[in-house]
Amino acid sequence: MANKIADSISREEFFYGHKACAGCGGSLAVRAALKVLGPNAVSVLPAGCMSAVGFNFPQLCFSNNSIISTFAGTASMLTGIEAGLRAKGYKDFTAVGFAGDGGTADIGIQALSGAIDRNDNIIYICYDNEAYMNTGIQKSGLTPFGARTTTTPAGSNIHGNIRPKKNMFEIVAAHGIPYAATASVGYIGDFIAKVQKASQIQGTKYIHVIAPCPTGWGVAVDETVEIAKEVVDSGLWYLAEYENGEYRLTHRPKEFTSAEAYLKRQGRFRHLTEDDIKVITDSRDEKWKFIEKNFIV
Amino acid sequence: MRPYIREKKVFGFDDVPENTCFEAGYLVTVNSGWRSIRPVVNTDKCVGCEQCYLYCPDGVISIKDNKAVIDYDFCKGCGICAKICKPGAIETEAERK
Ligand SMILES: Cc1ncc(C[n+]2csc(CCOP(=O)(O)OP(=O)(O)O)c2C)c(N)n1
Ligand code: SF4
Ligand code: SF4
Ligand code: SF4
Ligand SMILES: [Mg+2]
Repeated sequence: MANKIADSISREEFFYGHKACAGCGGSLAVRAALKVLGPNAVSVLPAGCMSAVGFNFPQLCFSNNSIISTFAGTASMLTGIEAGLRAKGYKDFTAVGFAGDGGTADIGIQALSGAIDRNDNIIYICYDNEAYMNTGIQKSGLTPFGARTTTTPAGSNIHGNIRPKKNMFEIVAAHGIPYAATASVGYIGDFIAKVQKASQIQGTKYIHVIAPCPTGWGVAVDETVEIAKEVVDSGLWYLAEYENGEYRLTHRPKEFTSAEAYLKRQGRFRHLTEDDIKVITDSRDEKWKFIEKNFIV
Repeated sequence: MRPYIREKKVFGFDDVPENTCFEAGYLVTVNSGWRSIRPVVNTDKCVGCEQCYLYCPDGVISIKDNKAVIDYDFCKGCGICAKICKPGAIETEAERK
């Protein structure tokens, strides 16, 4: 039985034997992207789970050239690698970064903004597990409203994170970047197609992929893919692209599944009250009004 | 070629590379001990659709002769493959060691 998506990527594995938790969504994102980019990808991983689980000397799980950057420096190291290899006369390579949500939306945002400003020829992939997971689940700028983390505990007064998730996709697009996209590991074909597309475009590319963390989200290890699909199906995340100054949806749920069901199956949201859930569904509906108005749907 | 297990060297201080570079794809330990469940492919039911291959976070499934094959050295037993398989060709059983 031919599978078009499987046939479009390398049969080789480039992220193998890593020490990520069973069912880690981030590792699925890294694995899939490298199977698109192939052996000549040079990957940069800042401090975060994917570097922690990939480089345990002498167990080195990337079989393409890979390097750990400073936490804040994913994009600047990508800039240097791309410039250095180009100066050495290499042509057939892709400099790709895999940074977490904290590494992207908080500490690495300045370096990323600078790289986009210079339009360096790199791919920056943010695998978003919605908290600082490697250090034990602290809130990041991409932790959604209501989520319980160790720094946004849920008590009787405050029900987890009081701030909404930063809109990294549109922040990046606002730079006038050649290509930006959102994705989810629950729709792996859509993600793979976006990495493929990014690899064909000159200049800076940014892909923001939702990558559930069973450990931090409080779901079973076999639920990662399901939950990554459900966040899209319930309308709490959307699959889109930004190119040539235009936003475009790449997947449109016919009707939303229950946001409450999505939230309540996760330990980090179990404390939410009806009012909290209403805040979340209202902001979802607002977001979709904006999408209907401003995106090509 | 799939990444494979190398012989585990004993590294003394003198053997540790001075710079921070080392050979890519160098594996010396397996992950099989992490499993509490073992996914087993029922080849009669497997239609070779490759969904499990695409979604395995550890990349340990390959397709041979149109059937899914699992590398048990590195499978962590997350069970994602069993959930994703529409024909229900992957059953999970308790890992007995
Ligand atoms: C400058 C700096 N500050 C803090 C740390 C500690 N640190 C290492 S990983 C990490 C969390 C990373 O979170 P994220 O970027 O979301 O990636 P994840 O671990 O969730 O994959 C932190 C805070 C560090 N390595 N360097
Ligand atoms: S803590 Fe979460 S993100 Fe980190 S390796 Fe485990 S599952 Fe992956
Ligand atoms: S998903 Fe199921 S049917 Fe498809 S290849 Fe895997 S085991 Fe076979
Ligand atoms: S149980 Fe998890 S690691 Fe093992 S083959 Fe299935 S998806 Fe891959
Ligand atoms: Mg994170």
